[in-house]
Amino acid sequence: MTLLNPYFGKFGGMYVPQILMPALYQLEKNFVDAKKDPNFQKKFFDFLKNYAGRPTPLTLCNNLTKGTKTRIYLKREDLLHGGAHKTNQVLGQAMLAVKMKKKEIIAETGAGQHGVAAAIACALFNLKCKIYMGYKDIKRQSPNVFRMKLMGAEVISVENGSGTLKDACNEALRDWSRNYQKSHYMIGTAAGPHPYPTIVKEFQKMIGEEAKKQILEQENRLPDAIIACVGGGSNAIGIFSDFIDEKVNLIGVEPAGKGIETGKHGAPLTHGRTGIYFGMKSHLMQSQEGQIEKSWSVSAGLDFPSVGPEHSWLNSINRAKYVSVTDIEALEAFQILSKKEGIIPALESSHALAYALKLMYLYPKKEQVFIVNLSGRGDKDIFTVREILNKQEQKNESL
Amino acid sequence: MSRYKKTFQNLSFLKEGCFVPFVVIGDPSLETSLKIIETLIESGADALELGIPFSDPLADGPTIQNASLRSLSKKNTFLKCFEVIKNIRNKYLNLPIGILLYANLIYNYGIKNFYDKCFQSGIDSVLIADVPIEEYSYFYKIANRYDIDSIFICPPDADNIFLSKLSLYAKGYIYLLSRSGVTGIEKEIISLSNVFINRVKKYNSLPLLQGFGIGNAIQIQRSLLSGTNGVICGSAIINIIEKNLNKEQKMIDEIKNFAVKLKKATKFVQS
Repeated sequence: MTLLNPYFGKFGGMYVPQILMPALYQLEKNFVDAKKDPNFQKKFFDFLKNYAGRPTPLTLCNNLTKGTKTRIYLKREDLLHGGAHKTNQVLGQAMLAVKMKKKEIIAETGAGQHGVAAAIACALFNLKCKIYMGYKDIKRQSPNVFRMKLMGAEVISVENGSGTLKDACNEALRDWSRNYQKSHYMIGTAAGPHPYPTIVKEFQKMIGEEAKKQILEQENRLPDAIIACVGGGSNAIGIFSDFIDEKVNLIGVEPAGKGIETGKHGAPLTHGRTGIYFGMKSHLMQSQEGQIEKSWSVSAGLDFPSVGPEHSWLNSINRAKYVSVTDIEALEAFQILSKKEGIIPALESSHALAYALKLMYLYPKKEQVFIVNLSGRGDKDIFTVREILNKQEQKNESL
Repeated sequence: MSRYKKTFQNLSFLKEGCFVPFVVIGDPSLETSLKIIETLIESGADALELGIPFSDPLADGPTIQNASLRSLSKKNTFLKCFEVIKNIRNKYLNLPIGILLYANLIYNYGIKNFYDKCFQSGIDSVLIADVPIEEYSYFYKIANRYDIDSIFICPPDADNIFLSKLSLYAKGYIYLLSRSGVTGIEKEIISLSNVFINRVKKYNSLPLLQGFGIGNAIQIQRSLLSGTNGVICGSAIINIIEKNLNKEQKMIDEIKNFAVKLKKATKFVQS
């Protein structure tokens, strides 16, 4: 019997091979104990403050919004140590691993941000670190691969399947089913079997708590909308968490990739259907037969065919709205923020920003306050973007 | 009496272990797959465990994963797999046939529709690789309505609480895992301890089949000696398929020799 409810409405659950159930029970028990343990909490918040650099600022974009009545604030998770919100929850999970006396961490990564965060936490807590990464992602995120190795992690290239995050997730789960007695599987997003979605939310909820306090200080009111990108959904659930019971629009932005109509996207919430995969019941990109489909996004971190179960639930009860933004729109937002505000956003976060800009341009005369969760910085993406822009330039010249 | 019950009774009378080969339907093609399955039956298989291919089989190692991907690359559909099973059932009326698959295929087809299809195709048991006993109740209820046995995995570190729960749910046989991890053969010879087998038997009267890592006669004999009722052998057979993808006759001949050898090992007289 689980100690916590494994379901969000009809979504969630623990759909794993039987062999992994004791490991999930052990994790849940230690998580519940840790939540009640003031020493654990004190230590966690001390790491967040004095190691990771919390609280992160809330930055008003004055140049970007000039000539409109929209005020866009950025929750600056890009300024967190490691360059993304991922650092928050890996510190919590690494502490849980130590509490469970596990010596090794298994992790998967797409964009490499979770891989970097896992490597950071493992170096800090002196844990062995194995990171599974699709061979395609290794190619498109080479700076992050180098960072992980520099911090002592072993990066394992996953050659089978589509060679992206989905295959890295499968491979990590396989490794864990063999080594659960000595290893902790550090899932990087608010997805997977219970208790992961709950744990990841708990260790990311400070994003929302801080943002609420900061916006009340700066605006003296709550925002009209919180906008965050959604791959697995950890940054989004983190910033949404403290606003779920408030009158604030929650908007999750999925990658429409090359366009929904092309089938090359990563938008299971808006263009998938309920299924069972990666240990959970949630929205899925799947064929008519129920085979898992390959996702696509210019942003490796959003290139996942499913989504955390709480997002599926929030969607089903209409508490949050989910939309999608194409690669091109995200690339434009990436460049605009860089030029106008001197902030290079992660391609993931650029999706959220692109949707905020859409709303701003649509209603320029409307007084509206948005918080966009800038979940990470874009240094890792500059080579991808440079390549795309160079190709575009060459194409334009040949016309 | 169910086909499993009859088979295990006969084998017990003959003092033989049960040899259950596992292959993925449609690997390397539907036609060859059917020939492979028939060869396995003619070479001594006491029951069959057949895999329905899935894109992301996370409980399986590279050998079975590649078999699934080979099958899917031939555009073999879920329904075509059932046609193969129906074909075998029509030819071998008394042979127990179990299928192994992943939850999303069932969920997508509709749980009730799925078990109805199993019933129509003459399937005896279903093992869902990514549904633990804790999540099984809805599948279980409908499976029982169609008289399909639900097969559960028993890990080698199972505690008494799990064994007691297993005794309430398990039907047909219990799939004993040789080790943790995913499917695939290993160099080391894995055997379960008699103490563990006796502990499982305290809670369950169903036959016990050992799976994961079984690839030769010595392993089979060790398994039977430890007190199991037989073995399930998958990756070792699929390796033969993989090595002979373009040489069908050689593939069939090798599978035949291998299966005969494994079945012979189950005739080892238990002390």
